[in-house]
Amino acid sequence: MKHRTFFWFFLPTGLAMMVFIAMPLVSIVSQSLFAPHEAVLVTVENCGPFGCTDETTIDQEATAALREAEPMGRFVGLDVYLDRGHLATAEIAEAWASADSVGEFASVVFNLPFYRALGFTLSYTFICTPLLIMLGFAIAISVNALNQKLKGLVIFFSLLPMIVTPLVGSLILFWMIDSRGVLGSFLQYLTDDPDLSLKASTVLMWISLFIYGIWSSAPFAFVVFYAGLQTVPKETIEAAQIDGATRWQQIRHVTIPHLMPLVTFVALIQLMDNFRVFEPIVGFQAQAHATSLSWIIFNDLGGETRQLSAAATTSVMTVLGVAILLSPVLVRTWRDFKRKT
Amino acid sequence: MANSVATRKPLPLKLALWGFVVVWLIMAAFPFLWTLWGSFKVELDFFSIADWTNALTGANTESTYGSSLTGTGYEGAWIKEEFWRNVFNTVIVCIFVVCTSLTIGTLGGYALSRSSFKYVFWLLITALIFRAIPPITLVSGYLPVFFDWNVWGFLPTAIIVLVAINQPFTLWMLHSFFESIPKELDESAKVDGCTQFQAFRRVIIPVMWPGVITTGLFSFLLAYNDFAVTSMILNESNRTMVPEIAAFLGTTYTEGNVMFAVAAVVSATAPLFVLVLFFQRQIVSGLTAGAVKG
Repeated sequence: MKHRTFFWFFLPTGLAMMVFIAMPLVSIVSQSLFAPHEAVLVTVENCGPFGCTDETTIDQEATAALREAEPMGRFVGLDVYLDRGHLATAEIAEAWASADSVGEFASVVFNLPFYRALGFTLSYTFICTPLLIMLGFAIAISVNALNQKLKGLVIFFSLLPMIVTPLVGSLILFWMIDSRGVLGSFLQYLTDDPDLSLKASTVLMWISLFIYGIWSSAPFAFVVFYAGLQTVPKETIEAAQIDGATRWQQIRHVTIPHLMPLVTFVALIQLMDNFRVFEPIVGFQAQAHATSLSWIIFNDLGGETRQLSAAATTSVMTVLGVAILLSPVLVRTWRDFKRKT
Repeated sequence: MANSVATRKPLPLKLALWGFVVVWLIMAAFPFLWTLWGSFKVELDFFSIADWTNALTGANTESTYGSSLTGTGYEGAWIKEEFWRNVFNTVIVCIFVVCTSLTIGTLGGYALSRSSFKYVFWLLITALIFRAIPPITLVSGYLPVFFDWNVWGFLPTAIIVLVAINQPFTLWMLHSFFESIPKELDESAKVDGCTQFQAFRRVIIPVMWPGVITTGLFSFLLAYNDFAVTSMILNESNRTMVPEIAAFLGTTYTEGNVMFAVAAVVSATAPLFVLVLFFQRQIVSGLTAGAVKG
């Protein structure tokens, strides 16, 4: 295909990505370097019968004029990155100086909004991903070992948690785990603690969010692994059986190595998707116990005061986080590409 | 071979496997069935403090409405809260997003699969990076511009944004699908005197539908399921279903009408259920398409 033809074919989609993905990325970086203008204050001396007092008021006109003249706000460099809502360097330095133990320091750090969200986002990403891969693998192996006719039924019901709208899925689970829901009551009965409530316990809330994450993504791993299992060479399995390998050894030494590229694939997709965890926090109303980077951005953007600058700063740091997660893949793809050419 | 001694499973193993699969099936399906059943009850039954069996028998529903099932949740959501408007918005958004994103994505994906220059690799890598970026991070880039141009809050804005967010994924899927269509097909058309576009139109379009339908399903799911972006760039009167459900939660928890939200949730799940019913094969092939190449 000629360059020219390629250009015209690619133009619409390229333009869409350019305008609505690439340019906003540039925009959030530049927005994060600016902060909104502060109100212009004027000091007026009021002289009355009892002497003069200074009165400070907001000069509405001047403020509006300034905002009009420089709509981006004032340039603050990396100040927004370092403020209390983001990296909070000053607070951390102070905590480091004053804290008596590592535990105390950690508790200060994890009460800062950004680190709290980062802590949950990373825990969610790195706990859910391996667990859902294992669960998906187990389901795939079991279904494969049982009747093949079972396959359609299991796939049908398994697809539901994955395909359902994340907010809807998390609400459905939340209403059941809620202290008034069926699973919540059952847990209260099991633990013999009528006050047991999800909303009151950070640990329980984290566990339920993890369960939601595994429940909603294990089907993806299952479907991919199940398709992979159909391509395991029969000869190798038979050879292993003749050599006297037990079932577990066959899985361990034949099936798993064969599926390894798929495991990498699922892990990559799930790391990317779990890093953006957001809907379950809204659905579970978990913000008191767990927040995520996406949730902070959403929270800053919503409401009456749209804190664009703060949201843009968190956005930039989220994109950097994604880049770090993605870098091993990019490096590998680049090496493959170099080798090919 | 299937019934040889070596592959026959001992009974305990078989039972354990069956048990595991059944437990998973219950985990996957039970929440949906439970919510569907509960959506026809009153709040005191669905969220029963006194006795959990109320949710099954509907004791309070019976004493209030004289029957153990009631449609008041649906009536409240669809008529009182005018959920049908949001459903209508969702339908419009989904139709336009799927059609636009498939049209431009097909052209782009086809071009990527038929060109062997170095920039193809870089375009694909860029698309992969764009796919990995959470869409919510882009929203603070959209808002100032949309406010300035007075386009914030309208459905067409949301449609264009969703199409763009969709593109990286669509490109990857269609690219790998077009790779599987032999190049000789359109090469021979070009030898016969077609231009590249004519070759695409006359030779490729007739054979591309399986891949396009699969990709379309995923575009649909992205548009249908999106919450973060649409709730930020649509105003209250243009909201689609998912942001409206979130809004129900904000207002109805105080009114004690949480059943509106339950009914809306069931209404939003129903189309997806039908989708899985009819397109299970395509969804599965779409999920595995990227992996098999991977």
